[in-house]
Amino acid sequence: MTRYIIHRLASAVLVVFLVTIISFSVMSLVPGDPASVVAGANATPDEIEAIRVQLGLHLPYHVRLVDWVLGLFQGDLGRSILLQRSVAEAVAERLPVTIALSIYAMTLTLALGVSLGVLAAVRQNSWVDQLCMTVALLGVSLPNVWLAILFVMFFSVYLGWFPTGGYVPFEQDAFRALVALTLPAIALALTQIGLLARMARSSMLEVLRQDYVQTARAKGLPRWSVVGKHALKNVMIPLVTVFGIILSLSLSGTVVIETVFSLPGMGRLIVNAIQRRDYPVIQGGLLLTASALVMVNLAVDLLYAWLDPRVRYAD
Amino acid sequence: MPIRRLLRHRLFVTGLSLFLLVVVAAIAAEWIASHNPTRMNMRLRFTAPGDPRFLLGTDAFGRDILARLAHGAQVSLRIGVMVVVFTGVFGTLFGALSGYFRRLDNPIMRVMDAFMAFPAIMLAIAIAAALGPSELNVVIALAAVYTPRTARIVRASALVVREAEFVQAARVAGAGDTRILLGHVLPNSLAPLIVQLTFIFAYSVLAEAVLSFLGVGPAPPTPTWGNMIADGRNFIREAPWITLMPGIAISITVLGLNLLGDGLRDVLDPRMKVTSS
Repeated sequence: MTRYIIHRLASAVLVVFLVTIISFSVMSLVPGDPASVVAGANATPDEIEAIRVQLGLHLPYHVRLVDWVLGLFQGDLGRSILLQRSVAEAVAERLPVTIALSIYAMTLTLALGVSLGVLAAVRQNSWVDQLCMTVALLGVSLPNVWLAILFVMFFSVYLGWFPTGGYVPFEQDAFRALVALTLPAIALALTQIGLLARMARSSMLEVLRQDYVQTARAKGLPRWSVVGKHALKNVMIPLVTVFGIILSLSLSGTVVIETVFSLPGMGRLIVNAIQRRDYPVIQGGLLLTASALVMVNLAVDLLYAWLDPRVRYAD
Repeated sequence: MPIRRLLRHRLFVTGLSLFLLVVVAAIAAEWIASHNPTRMNMRLRFTAPGDPRFLLGTDAFGRDILARLAHGAQVSLRIGVMVVVFTGVFGTLFGALSGYFRRLDNPIMRVMDAFMAFPAIMLAIAIAAALGPSELNVVIALAAVYTPRTARIVRASALVVREAEFVQAARVAGAGDTRILLGHVLPNSLAPLIVQLTFIFAYSVLAEAVLSFLGVGPAPPTPTWGNMIADGRNFIREAPWITLMPGIAISITVLGLNLLGDGLRDVLDPRMKVTSS
């Protein structure tokens, strides 16, 4: 196990290093001049040049990269060009929204995704199975931008059950905060629910074919006990591995969902920064998001290796 | 390929029909809709669907929605095909090299891992925005995001094939690396690759909508399904059909592709079975 941990830890460090370079390079190696965007449409060439020098953009790529990485080691993510604050402050402001939204959506995903999948597998080939799998298929096929807009139209504008958007901090009013996040969380979770339900179903079908499940059945244990106690445990283990993928998909979704519901989260922060070429925010935002996901995946891999010792020797 | 078994797979046939419907709409765009998809006519704006001149209605500028949908189908399919080709070529290249040559495995796969560490849409938006709004740039952004995911799949089959007895036999018989790669590793990773590329086609259609919605897709006035959703959003109360139609078009395409992918997986790659038997 120790060897496996060291091996995985070393790759994670290497990947985070590469992630740092990619985050920096995305906006730097390609055409498009941030200085002229910042200066505005009516700026003279001299003004643009002044801003370029002020932002350090006249320096060569590798000098800026080294500067940025050295700053990172001192905990300095840089300063936003447009927001009048440091990237770290901007992120700290927006992070709670995205975390609240993600936890809500992930809870829905795990609860509904696993139940739909297990239900479908237990009632394989019946109408229940077909219904669950149709819902799952629609979940992965309908565009989430579009669903989010339709949700606002129907549940907020037409029925008036939910606010059309906006964020209420939890410490201000926990109930209203939950209500405000409900539609966004559902819209965000649908894709992942579909994905997880399909995986849970095939995983459950596999387990139900195993000898020990047949034995449990043969000795007369009630059906719910066979499925709930014996099979479910072994279904959950492979599903642990997709946690990272699902979280990553969910974070992709927040970009869209936060835009449609005007939630001031990380996704919105990064999209705004991209649209306005606020590259320190883009670099910092991408780096933090990707590094967090690398850490989650590392934790998932280690947990999985601990749960299922066969994994440790496979690599 | 076991085409007869595929044609007996009910969901595969359903998916194929849905997808062909979209393909036909794209090819026949000029005939289906006699209107120019970008010609505005402010006097006819917000015509509701069902009008004999505008079957699916008009948008806020009086443009024919059917014509825009059909031309949007061309854009979505072009993007999908190009992403699949780029991803297929580079994913296979990196995956096969990485799985077959032990020494290349670590360097290639760590770079792939780094690209995969970013949430797909987030990285795609950043790349597409940096390159500028155009169809080709959307393709490049999506290919950059999906190539590592494909490489990983090809690598997994290459790892298995490399150790297989028939490959050992070929090697003993004097076959070189190139020959083994082209003659054994590639054909054996084809099934999971085809399945994966079908799903990547579906993701690309969904991703186009997101990128266009956020303003980093193909530049307006090009009619794309994502642009149409973004345009319609402001008028959703008085003219919901502007938003509704392109979403339905995307759903049909993606649903079709997902069913195709499931069917292909059931038949070509039965170990990964998802749908019912």
